[in-house]
Amino acid sequence: MKMNRRTFLKTTGAVATASALPISLIKVALGAKNPTQDFTFAYISDAHIEQIEGSKFVRNWDMGLIRAVQEANLLTPRPDFFFFGGDLAQLGKKEELDHGLEMISKLRGEVHYVMGEHDYYLDLGKYWESKISPLWYSFDHKGVHFIVLTSILTYDEWTYHKWATPMDRMLAMARLDNPEGSPFLVGEKQRGWLKKDLEKVNKSTPIILCSHSPLQKIYKGWNFWTDDAESVQTLLKPFDKVTVIYGHVHQIQYNQVGNIGFHAVMATAWPWPYPQSYAQAASHLPKLTVPMNRADPFFERDATGWQFINVRTGNVEMEYQLPDNENRSVAFNPKTGSPQDSRYQNVNKRIPPQNHY
Amino acid sequence: MKTTARHFKRMLRVGVIAATFVACATFAGPLGLPPVPDPADNPITPEKVKLGDKLFNDKRFSTTGEVSCANCHDKEKGFTDGLQVSEGIDKLKGTRNAPTVVNAAYLKTQFWDGREPTLESQSTQPFLNPVEMALPSHDPIVKIVRKDPEYIDLFKKAFGKTGDKVTMKEVTQAIASFERTLLAGNSPFDRYFYGGEKIAMSPAAIRGLDVFINQGRCVSCHVIEQTQALFTDNRFHMIGSGAKQMPKNLDDLAAAVEEAKKKGTDIAVLSNEKTSSLGRYAVTRDLTDIGAFKTPTLRNVALTAPYLHDGSLKTLEEVIQFYNNGGREKETDPVPELLSGGIRPLNLSNEQQADLVEFLKALTSPEFDKK
Repeated sequence: MKMNRRTFLKTTGAVATASALPISLIKVALGAKNPTQDFTFAYISDAHIEQIEGSKFVRNWDMGLIRAVQEANLLTPRPDFFFFGGDLAQLGKKEELDHGLEMISKLRGEVHYVMGEHDYYLDLGKYWESKISPLWYSFDHKGVHFIVLTSILTYDEWTYHKWATPMDRMLAMARLDNPEGSPFLVGEKQRGWLKKDLEKVNKSTPIILCSHSPLQKIYKGWNFWTDDAESVQTLLKPFDKVTVIYGHVHQIQYNQVGNIGFHAVMATAWPWPYPQSYAQAASHLPKLTVPMNRADPFFERDATGWQFINVRTGNVEMEYQLPDNENRSVAFNPKTGSPQDSRYQNVNKRIPPQNHY
Repeated sequence: MKTTARHFKRMLRVGVIAATFVACATFAGPLGLPPVPDPADNPITPEKVKLGDKLFNDKRFSTTGEVSCANCHDKEKGFTDGLQVSEGIDKLKGTRNAPTVVNAAYLKTQFWDGREPTLESQSTQPFLNPVEMALPSHDPIVKIVRKDPEYIDLFKKAFGKTGDKVTMKEVTQAIASFERTLLAGNSPFDRYFYGGEKIAMSPAAIRGLDVFINQGRCVSCHVIEQTQALFTDNRFHMIGSGAKQMPKNLDDLAAAVEEAKKKGTDIAVLSNEKTSSLGRYAVTRDLTDIGAFKTPTLRNVALTAPYLHDGSLKTLEEVIQFYNNGGREKETDPVPELLSGGIRPLNLSNEQQADLVEFLKALTSPEFDKK
């Protein structure tokens, strides 16, 4: 069954659907032969809950997550489950993770968690693992194989031997453009696990892999980057239908590498500009059609958003719902073999970027 | 807009409109307001305005013969009614506070939730709403205006039409034309800010303007521009009003939406508090719009109590307290989940709040000031 946005909206009884909120409702449609297996899941990411002191937390980040949870609870059809895509905390503190979990606990349904670097580098994932979720795991749902990786590890030398205190390490990794940072890594141990996990999976089974950092190389200066991305991609290569969904970048990104479609989800906290528009200099990003302009500071949700994702015969059709902006649609173009923005792909229709701040 | 100015000059010359606030609009538009929009498909003429004025005040267009547009939009009360929520036939109550008609000419959408795009289309709704004028259809109106000798004459002059040619289209065009002449500028604020009269506002009001623009952040939505101030951004925000009535779960929300679909938005939102609290969402079904209402103008705000979409706050002091608490009547009230990002506690001192009230009082146009 072809599910474009219009038919999706039609079948949902027009309640709480055409929305613009910082969560991602993802529609997995498995084709005409198996319509009963269609399902949706919702994706919330990058909340960055930040403790000021004691029970005081940064209000804006709180409100972003509270709103996403509330709206997700108003979605229909009900998503089968939820994902939280990482960076629940800002500085990995127990208080931040607990406060974030308290808000997420209001979600009506099961939640799967992906670990972000802001959750990890204080205690190296100990509290997360004991209280929230394993760092890497897989599960099957209605014919789709889901994999969660912790892609924000890095080289041992940096992690274990560089910093006087855990908080020094955390603060170094929390900074976007820190020259003292270190590129993200899935690492050998996890890749070994992934290889084994994939051995059990039929090559025609659709795979959805969720990581926090992009498993593709976008911009090293900001760690929009995973150093062993190619090795992970190689493991995924034999499969017919692979989609990688990642957070971390707080912006719309899409790309196709061979059989793998890549899609970023939006943040509930704040948007990042595209590195290119920030640096004002050429960089070698995947093709970006519309540089992201500065968000309107009044509108908390400006430059955040969510999208319907329709995974059909391995190709993704995205409908971005963007508050205070034009909604956008990104669909796979079989002629070029990659996703394309339906409105802005044409050079003449692009919005000129803002180049002063 | 030369044509508009000419129209207004003509109106004044022929003495069609006596009210002074319109006279003020005659030449360049009142100080502090942009030129009046003059739609190409319904240009303002003195004849239409005169006709619209009569229609606006005609009580025969209700089932009881007791309610006209002017009941809820009373010139003496800044074109509002002073009630918490408006009363229609047989004192039936709606769910929303009557917004002023003054400067509605500039609004990009009409009603608190923007459910109608123009003054023309807006004017068709209250005639039919069961808690307002409650007519079963527009037919009785058309019947009256085709027969009444005075209307026959006025429609002939305004549109060159008689008999069957006179329809609701002409009725609404005349009402809208009249409403486009209800303008308010030239307040002490305008004379101070745009006219360079340093003594037009009191020192307290001048301090209040500073709070309005800076720490109070009011200006983010109640816009002041370099040459004009409509005190609205024409957008919709969830400021916390109606949060208690808002559907809290999917079933409640679905029920409210279903009601809006079945009865029509206009009827559903005015007959049920819960559905009313959906705000803009009832129109767009966009989750961002849940509980969001249009930013109202603040001109003459001292005359248009009570406040907010549901008239839940009685005084300007209460309104400022509400915003100072970040969209809550009491500091201890819970923060609404879907509150707009711009609404957050302001930490204003008592003096700052008092100054802000003084500033708001300086937004009263002289034609409306009864002092």
